[in-house]
Amino acid sequence: MTSLPVTAQTAGAGAARAAARRRGSRASRAASRRPGWLTYGLLAVILAISAFPLYYTLLLGSSSQEEISQQAVPQWLPDLSVLNRFAEVVASSQINFVKALTNSVIISVTASLSVVLFSTLAGFAFAKLRFAWRRGLLVFVIATMAVPTQLGVIPLYILMTDLDWVGKLQAVIIPAMLCPFGVFWMTQYLSSALPFELIEAARVDGASMFRTFRSIALPTAAPAAAMLFLFWFVMQWTMFFWPSIVLSSQNPTLPLVVQSLQGHYFTDYSLVMAGIFLVTFPLLVIFAIVGKQLVAGIMTGAVKG
Amino acid sequence: MAVLTHSRPGKAPPPAEQPPRRVGFSQRLGRWDVKLSPYLYISPFFLFFALVGAFPLLYTAYVSVHEWNLLGGQGEFVGLENFADVLAQPVFWKSVANTFSIFALSAIPQLALAVTIAALLDQNLRAATFWRMGVLVPYVVAPVAVSVIFGRLFADQYGLINAMLGVVGLDPVGWHSDRFASHLAIATMVNFRWTGYNALILLAAMQAVPRELYEAAVIDGAGRVRQFVSVTIPQIRATMVFVVITATIGGMQIFDEARMFDHLGMGGPSRNWMTTVLYLYDVAWGNQKNFGRAAAVAWLLFLLIVLIGLINFFLTTRIATGGGDRSTVSRKRTNAVIARARVDAQAARAAAGVNRSGTAPPGGAAAPPGAPPSAPHRTGQHDRGEHR
Repeated sequence: MTSLPVTAQTAGAGAARAAARRRGSRASRAASRRPGWLTYGLLAVILAISAFPLYYTLLLGSSSQEEISQQAVPQWLPDLSVLNRFAEVVASSQINFVKALTNSVIISVTASLSVVLFSTLAGFAFAKLRFAWRRGLLVFVIATMAVPTQLGVIPLYILMTDLDWVGKLQAVIIPAMLCPFGVFWMTQYLSSALPFELIEAARVDGASMFRTFRSIALPTAAPAAAMLFLFWFVMQWTMFFWPSIVLSSQNPTLPLVVQSLQGHYFTDYSLVMAGIFLVTFPLLVIFAIVGKQLVAGIMTGAVKG
Repeated sequence: MAVLTHSRPGKAPPPAEQPPRRVGFSQRLGRWDVKLSPYLYISPFFLFFALVGAFPLLYTAYVSVHEWNLLGGQGEFVGLENFADVLAQPVFWKSVANTFSIFALSAIPQLALAVTIAALLDQNLRAATFWRMGVLVPYVVAPVAVSVIFGRLFADQYGLINAMLGVVGLDPVGWHSDRFASHLAIATMVNFRWTGYNALILLAAMQAVPRELYEAAVIDGAGRVRQFVSVTIPQIRATMVFVVITATIGGMQIFDEARMFDHLGMGGPSRNWMTTVLYLYDVAWGNQKNFGRAAAVAWLLFLLIVLIGLINFFLTTRIATGGGDRSTVSRKRTNAVIARARVDAQAARAAAGVNRSGTAPPGGAAAPPGAPPSAPHRTGQHDRGEHR
């Protein structure tokens, strides 16, 4: 035998581990070698299925009414005629597309910004500050994740009627500011990403609690905050149930536009499909730009449990 | 420092929350700062929860025991009459059955698929981010949009799915007329949107599994499948529970997909795909405009969700812990085992004088992850790949 086991015996388990690591992690490389074509083939199929429905909307959007009513797939490549359909959707007086787009942006941005701010504040407190009932309150927050907020719609609607908010944007924004998952996410992230030493150093330097939060916790939380923002942004952008109850077609969001398209033009599928693509397109663009960060954010894995 | 702090009140963030103002105050009283700020920081959440979470839930109970109309408002106290009315409605039971059916058809295949996709992604892929992003594409499509698109794909006439069935020589399916078929179609929409999302969450958990465990498994001669069943699954238990619970809560509340499956949005001619939330919507804002009854529906649904959630929780923990002590493998012991095995393998190889040059096929995942001695030959391959 070589001298290595001796080292392991005399220097303890830690040294043995380090030595084992130095000697080339062969087994680990075996576990992480490149996968074969089968994996890529399967992933390509999954990708094709994921992308097809959106591609299909483009196909139907660039076909005429007659073509659609006779064939499942009128053509295999979209053409420029879909642009006319886009123009038709945007210009249509019945569906308020531009207004819906503005509303969706306002709702998604304000709700996501406030959720990020409040979640980071609460997450900072839960992760790094000591106070009475800390554990109990955190358990409570996690428990509220299991409460389906959708089920409170009737009193919420009554409340909005009393406040005279029905048909107004704040009726959608205010309930969207509650995100127990965000608090949980930020608590998880900050408790591992933010060292106590940093906070102590700031405190010793005379920073107040809020200044510590602003200059130490907030920058540290940035990656997780970006992820939370995107997550909530998509949630609000695609939300339908509550806006469909509390808003009207005069003051819609984009999912409501899809509904009125389907309602008004259900015979003209070409127009409906063009509209659907338009509704999805902004999110696709955002996704293409920041998708990498979104995926990386999910990968930072707050839900490791 | 002083300059900075003086400027702070002016830079207070727009929401009229207390923290900024309190901080100015607390500077003179640092002790109060430390004591109060945690509560101030968590208060926005609890404030919003009280307003749009707890209050509605409790108030729903109040509304459910009253005569209450969308237009007329609060009527007189009727006790449990609303509950009795709802429970006596065949449509309510049909909606519950529909919900369960759609939920089962979506949750089970969705999770199985998500775990599979996550396992595929949890390899040393080229362009890993590209594949991960691709899997997430359906997530950005709004459920209403998904529903209209799939409503078209699943159209009884001239729908793509039926056309494809025709090519294979099968009869077209009445996706909108047959009850089970409509559930299948709606479940497909749910799966389309959420599978990739769940796969990524599971993938995140998989990536956190200590690699030493896989090394140990490889050394023990475990193949891909065995590694997955004996190492991966027990290790991602907590995330599995999380995903199952989320899927349950979401599955019990299916609304968007069912509402938009046809242009009338009332769950089909004979309420074949009316879910319970859609029923709730219909009772409150549809024909009946009866808030009292709708609130009763909400509470019944809430109880159902809690019940299913609990069953799920116990089942998942039971199944996931079925693997026994494997999930509590001590890292220390694993490392010791690995170190010993490596030394043994090295000694054995040295004794045999083997140093075959790399004969492994490029990217040879098709070959089973063989015994340890074959592993080193692939490392050269791997190194080159990683420098890209």
